[in-house]
Amino acid sequence: MSAAEPEITDALVASHGLKPDEYARFVALLGRTPSFTELGIVSAMWNEHCSYKSSRIHLRKLPTSAPWVIQGPGENAGVIDIGDGLACVFKMESHNHPSFIEPYQGAGTGVGGILRDVFTMGARPVACLNFLRFGAPDHPKTRHLVAGVVAGIGGYGNSFGVPTVGGSVGFHKRYDGNILVNAMAVGIARADEIFYAKATGVGNPIVYLGSKTGRDGIHGATMASAAFEADAEEKRPTVQVGDPFAEKLLLEACLELMASGAVIAIQDMGAAGLTSSAVEMGAKGDLGIELDLDAVPCRETGMTAYEMMLSESQERMLMVLHPEKAAIAEAIFRKWGLDFAAIGKTTDDLRFVVKRHGKVMADLPIKELGDQAPAYDRPWIATPKQPILSAPDIAPPMSNHDALLKLVASPDLCSKRWVYEQYDSLILGNTIEGPGGDAAVVRLGDGPKGLALTTDATPRYCEADPVEGGKQAVAEAWRNLIAVGARPLALTDNLNFGNPEKPEAMGQFVGCLAGIGEAARALDFPIVSGNVSLYNETMGAGILPTPAIGGVGLVDDVAKAATIAFKSAGEAVLLVGGAGTWLGRSAYLETICGREEGAPPPVDLVAERRNGQFVFALIRAGRLTAVHDISDGGLAVALAEMAVAGRLGAHIDAGAPDGAGHDFLFGEDQGRYVVAAQAAQAAAIVDEAKAAGVAVQRLGTTGGDALTLPGEAPILLADLATAFESWLPAFMAGPQREIA
Amino acid sequence: MKARVIVTLKGGVLDPQGKAIEGALKSLGVDGVASVRQGKVFDIEIEAADREAAQHRLSAACEKLLTNTIVENYSVEIA
Amino acid sequence: MRAAVILFPGSNREGDVARALHQASGVRPPILRHDEVDLPARTDLVVLPGGFAYGDYLRCGAIAARAPIMDAVRAHARRGGLVLGVCNGFQVLCEAGLLPGILMRNADLRFICRMQHLRVENNRTRYSNAYALGQVVKVAIAHGEGNYVADSATIERLEDAGRVAFRYCDAAGKVGGLANPNGSTHDIAGIYSEGFNVLGLMPHPENLIDPLIGGVDGRGLFASLMAA
Repeated sequence: MSAAEPEITDALVASHGLKPDEYARFVALLGRTPSFTELGIVSAMWNEHCSYKSSRIHLRKLPTSAPWVIQGPGENAGVIDIGDGLACVFKMESHNHPSFIEPYQGAGTGVGGILRDVFTMGARPVACLNFLRFGAPDHPKTRHLVAGVVAGIGGYGNSFGVPTVGGSVGFHKRYDGNILVNAMAVGIARADEIFYAKATGVGNPIVYLGSKTGRDGIHGATMASAAFEADAEEKRPTVQVGDPFAEKLLLEACLELMASGAVIAIQDMGAAGLTSSAVEMGAKGDLGIELDLDAVPCRETGMTAYEMMLSESQERMLMVLHPEKAAIAEAIFRKWGLDFAAIGKTTDDLRFVVKRHGKVMADLPIKELGDQAPAYDRPWIATPKQPILSAPDIAPPMSNHDALLKLVASPDLCSKRWVYEQYDSLILGNTIEGPGGDAAVVRLGDGPKGLALTTDATPRYCEADPVEGGKQAVAEAWRNLIAVGARPLALTDNLNFGNPEKPEAMGQFVGCLAGIGEAARALDFPIVSGNVSLYNETMGAGILPTPAIGGVGLVDDVAKAATIAFKSAGEAVLLVGGAGTWLGRSAYLETICGREEGAPPPVDLVAERRNGQFVFALIRAGRLTAVHDISDGGLAVALAEMAVAGRLGAHIDAGAPDGAGHDFLFGEDQGRYVVAAQAAQAAAIVDEAKAAGVAVQRLGTTGGDALTLPGEAPILLADLATAFESWLPAFMAGPQREIA
Repeated sequence: MKARVIVTLKGGVLDPQGKAIEGALKSLGVDGVASVRQGKVFDIEIEAADREAAQHRLSAACEKLLTNTIVENYSVEIA
Repeated sequence: MRAAVILFPGSNREGDVARALHQASGVRPPILRHDEVDLPARTDLVVLPGGFAYGDYLRCGAIAARAPIMDAVRAHARRGGLVLGVCNGFQVLCEAGLLPGILMRNADLRFICRMQHLRVENNRTRYSNAYALGQVVKVAIAHGEGNYVADSATIERLEDAGRVAFRYCDAAGKVGGLANPNGSTHDIAGIYSEGFNVLGLMPHPENLIDPLIGGVDGRGLFASLMAA
């Protein structure tokens, strides 16, 4: 009943995204012309998403190991040892394009996919985070996309039952036609009970688990095939639809199955579903795989081998089971109301064989599908260095008082409460610190340990100087973990860039990776998992280079975790890491002066580490009452956030006698923190800092109902809070509100 | 046989989704929209001896599960 | 006090409420699957936890209200046994006919998770006697459909009989305006059955039992139950 497969033509090859030389390579590998199903399989395996063909050679240069790393990149997620026999499993992944097409489902399935990556390894998810970038607020699609993406992330995570504890939201016109939706999931497993994709043993059953297969997400190339079929009256959905309820059941069933000892290997069916999961399991285990597609549970009738191999239906898994325990496994899945079907077996011939209606539809060498995928050293050119702007040359267009009020009410720096209140951040009862601080802190079980989690990148820095920008993204994640009192352990990266076939965009990618690698090495902060998203461009214009970093750290005692809020009046406010000087590429320059110019602040990794270790030691000793890293908007914005969070003002008298310069207040020099301590501690901290080679100066004192900057009229906290909290709700309630 | 069950909110029950859609239609310039109420449609394939028996089963389905009769009404159409 | 927590497919706060019960009683309550037909012998309290039972597809709580275990829960309630429904559990109780009214979509159509103050409207029940009358407590809310709706006769009956358990309010105990997170009628956050043995409430007292995590205002409900 399956329609005859179409002839392989140059046009069909091209519509599958294969370049002529790539296709020639495939034909040479096969020694014959491929079938249509085989063409589909190889197009999925060799596309950028699965093969990392433009990025592989550069990714290899990243530091990925440390004594605490259990599993680096290459599996569903990275795994690190967090002591007490436990492991933390985490990864971040993009769902940019689907979220632009259908924001609710796109973002939701992005969350679902990354959660599966984590529980596939045997971990129970304990937290989600995200990193979101939207177009300019005045772009007609922005509001609709924000509403849909946020509702989609909440809709999936809330129902699945994992707290969404942190994230980053920003706006820039360069994302107008290409938003970024990067989702991160974090889980906990026993360190000696991690599950991998590698199949073992010949003749073992391959089992399909989870939801049924439909025509979801079959890539655009399939549209070409529709022309060949008589019954193509129903337009095929290319939007994947998420079912968090099914995923919750899948989680419980998988963890129960893993505990039963039935599982040899397991792989999530993510991008390119059945194809990449089956090939990966076989190739990693040096085994062949034979699939009989007639056994695959289908939601739609008349699905062809081609469609089944490329479907991206959600909430599905593939496992290799111990044959003698298959019946136990089936009973577990039936109990949870999920599909369970033996659809094939492992073989010893290293072939990937796919059968449908008794016919062999594909017969490919399994190792070569992965190993022989093209890898390119694409030409790139380094981003030209930008001039270093001197602060005195930047005339302040308004008072520092007014500039601060304007900055805290700007789209990038304003409160994201409207967003994060749509996420259940409290479920599981372990959220020590939720959204809105430097890093989230999630307690492990009944404590006292906890995980600190953050997502960071500053795309405008990366645009101006990819190397410094890459360093800064890693350093900021590290700093945010330090700021809550965590020991930074490892990171996951989600590398969002433009078209790698353009040397300028490729240069941004190469530069950022160099910076990421340098910072990760200097800070002992290895990369254990990640995702590359290229071709983020519309009408020839690329996005800002955006290497989102997801950082994970360990807090030894969550009762000692630091928060940004000022706690009580009369405490000393201290600046760690030196005075602000750098306005190039700052939020001040962009928002207050309307200029996106200059070199970004350089990152001194030695100073970063030294300052961070100093702050970390003070937090651990319980000597600080509040800690905040200095990032976008500089010192003044950091102070404002601390005051608003604590509903307690501060009087700042440092700086020149007649007032502080805009560089002092708004400069974005790196490696810095604002901390508060009991007044009696202040002198000792300053002395110890001097001995440690860390620049620390006293800024002022907490107290009152206003934030007073040097030489400026006091800003009432009420006004500051209103400015900070109002922009996003007002924007989202705007005149052309659309239904999510 | 094929049947369609339509579930609607009872008059007087607040329908925030309907209201939001109404507002959106107006802002999109769709003229003449006086009000919108959102409901649900279920397409059901049902086996029964005749239409009357099918109607009977479907009414039971509505009473037992498909509607919350506190706030919803239903109607059944059999093709 | 012997408690049992019901696990529907899609429930997700069963662990949170079990933890609160454990903390209050020293006993970890059994977790019962939806497809069982009997409660454990001598169960005093049945808890329907938060979550998205059966995906909350069709209507929140609608399919769960018709799960096999619910006949036993109804029989337990008829005998005067205690039944607590939190969030999704409240929605299930309404759909199951154990409490009047229904929880509709939040007035602004968005899911909301935040800390929320409640005012204790009746402290003379087995769920609330550890609180003072009019006490303002801080708990968590996390729901998309918490907008309590019932006809005016029902609301009047609830009010007259003292069956409104908690009302949304601000830190000072003032109701209305922005203190109402979902548009709920009369700021109702929770209600009792006629016999005061069944309580449904949208907020999550089980998430406020730890000084490190928001505070301990939720403990009063579990302490009341343990003394009951």
